[in-house]
Amino acid sequence: MYQLTIGHLYPDLLNLYGDRGNIAALTNRLLWRGMDAKVVSFELQDDIDFSKLDIVFLGGGSDREQQLVCNRLLEQKDAFTAYVEDGGVTLAVCGGYQLLGRYYQLKEETIPGLSILDITTEAGEGRLIGNVVLSTSLDGRAFQVAGFENHGGRTHIGDHLPFGKVAAGFGNNGEDGTEGVLYKNTIGTYLHGPLLPKNPEVADFLLSRALERKYGARVVLPLLDDTLELEAKGYIVDRFASKA
Amino acid sequence: MNTIRRILAVWVCKLAIFGSKLLGKKGSSKPGQLALLVYPGILRELAASVRREILVVCGTNGKTTTNNLLDSLLRAQGYRVVCNRVGANMLYGVCCAFVDSANLWGKLDADFACLEVDEASAVKVFAHVTPSRILITNLFRDQLDRYGEIDITIDYLRRALAMAPDAQLILNGDDPLVAQFGYHSAHDCVYVGVDQDVGIHLQETKEGRFCAICGAPLAYDYYHYSQLGSYRCTGCDFARPALSFRADHVDMADGLRFHLTYPGGGMDISVSYRGFYNIYNILLSFAGSFLATGDTGRVLTVLSTYQPQIGRMETFTIRGTEVILNLSKNPAGFNQAISTVLADPREKDLLVAINDNAQDGRDISWIWDVDFERLTEGNIRHYVATGIRVDDLAVRFHYAGIGGVRKVRSLRQAAEEAIAKPTKVCYFLVNYTANFPMQDILKDLQKTQ
Repeated sequence: MYQLTIGHLYPDLLNLYGDRGNIAALTNRLLWRGMDAKVVSFELQDDIDFSKLDIVFLGGGSDREQQLVCNRLLEQKDAFTAYVEDGGVTLAVCGGYQLLGRYYQLKEETIPGLSILDITTEAGEGRLIGNVVLSTSLDGRAFQVAGFENHGGRTHIGDHLPFGKVAAGFGNNGEDGTEGVLYKNTIGTYLHGPLLPKNPEVADFLLSRALERKYGARVVLPLLDDTLELEAKGYIVDRFASKA
Repeated sequence: MNTIRRILAVWVCKLAIFGSKLLGKKGSSKPGQLALLVYPGILRELAASVRREILVVCGTNGKTTTNNLLDSLLRAQGYRVVCNRVGANMLYGVCCAFVDSANLWGKLDADFACLEVDEASAVKVFAHVTPSRILITNLFRDQLDRYGEIDITIDYLRRALAMAPDAQLILNGDDPLVAQFGYHSAHDCVYVGVDQDVGIHLQETKEGRFCAICGAPLAYDYYHYSQLGSYRCTGCDFARPALSFRADHVDMADGLRFHLTYPGGGMDISVSYRGFYNIYNILLSFAGSFLATGDTGRVLTVLSTYQPQIGRMETFTIRGTEVILNLSKNPAGFNQAISTVLADPREKDLLVAINDNAQDGRDISWIWDVDFERLTEGNIRHYVATGIRVDDLAVRFHYAGIGGVRKVRSLRQAAEEAIAKPTKVCYFLVNYTANFPMQDILKDLQKTQ
């Protein structure tokens, strides 16, 4: 039986916007296919053995909580970097996404990041808040992504590939039309909360990459009935990006 | 003081209130704004003419119920009270409540004012109004896209409290986020709380599990819900303070029963409305009234005859079906409503409505922080999802392991479908902008049956 272990990093601290939805999507979409899912939640004092994880999830928190997490993750930077470089599957949202970059420049101080991604973030005037629609392509399949963003930081992704192109909303910085980063099997994005339940293609992309990495050969994911999920996404796409 | 302008402001405001009533509007913000435009000193002067005290209620959930209970308790003791009863809790709404109570000469005849004030508006309101007592119910994440994060709300409140250094704070001691305002504070502080493990256990996301003073994790003897419970910090001396007004012997099988202990006495409380959180609303309003007047007369009558606000476990009977409408705006409120549904052993149907209008908060990610999973133990026959975000709700139910949910976009059609089912009890859990329309629909259905 196929089984994946999902590491939920610091849910006590990084849980700002319904992040549980992403974990629920990953686990249910395995269970519904007769596969097994194990979720390991890490607290701040825990050491993380990345070699035991198939998917890492890092959510968003308030500035204070993010700072605590950042300091702790810097101590485990090498192991986390090696995991990502080796094709370990990671989904980092909002604050978690910013942490993967080189730094977050606030007005008076600079918070160093993990430098796993070659991206930088600066605090900007006002927060970028609202519904988002992206066009993206994963595993050669083009589709749209719907979500919600709420961030003060403006991220510039340099030479990285974006997770998607903005059809509605702000994205990484509200200027260059990019949203998030796709690097190897890591997705960083500002689309917080229940990204995966409403975007089953993204959830299945992460699951299939994790299964492939763990079991070598490509594992075919049996199809699920995604009617409800696609209707929920379709509603947002029609409402906010109908002209796109 | 400028008497002419003051009278003019009162007239303009009263005329605007009358006008908006004619138009069938429920808002009271515009008239208050007009009054302040005509005479900026109007609110300060009217507030200063309150004879005894001004009491202010803040906090995420329970503001309206607590404030209305407080108003009812003081009125029952024979006092004249100004109260923003409809929940218009920003600066203009507060101003409108004062003007509405003043006579045409711009004079106010009031012993007390009971004001519910939005956390972010407290700084603006306190620039005009100096409270004698400030009651804080709880702090939960709510409408994140408006205020950003809970830390921002706490910061707003801190600034507001600093503007009222002589006010007594009446705080929910079970909520560490609220109790922090009393830690080494220059304010006189009194605490209320539930002094017993009532055995509610949730899997919900908890806000503030870390000490607001030193950042170390909090240890709990027991949780009530969210971050509320009996806690102490593992790193410093912050802990749940001694409770001056406390509830124990809690029984929630049918309505609410508990024993209330207050300085110098105690009494058994029994009310027909449901919801554990109502214990806090009762404790806080009782404490406010008792500390302001020293009187406990007629408390039992007031509490037992109190009619919950629009859509706060409000009951309708329609074609033989008991419909219970409840407003739930955020995860903490929703989880409490779910606990109430689970405490009712009868077979029932459930309707949930989620809108994403500006007043609801545009971001509905929080529905993933609600423990819908627990509903599977609720003896629920049929589920109906409705509201603007009916599609997201259906996905949420799907991932909670609840199948066969009816999706009905129109509120009215959804209500009719839910009521038409043979089940005799139906809970309607709705968020903010779905609440008033749903109440109108239910009143209409009740009338035309």
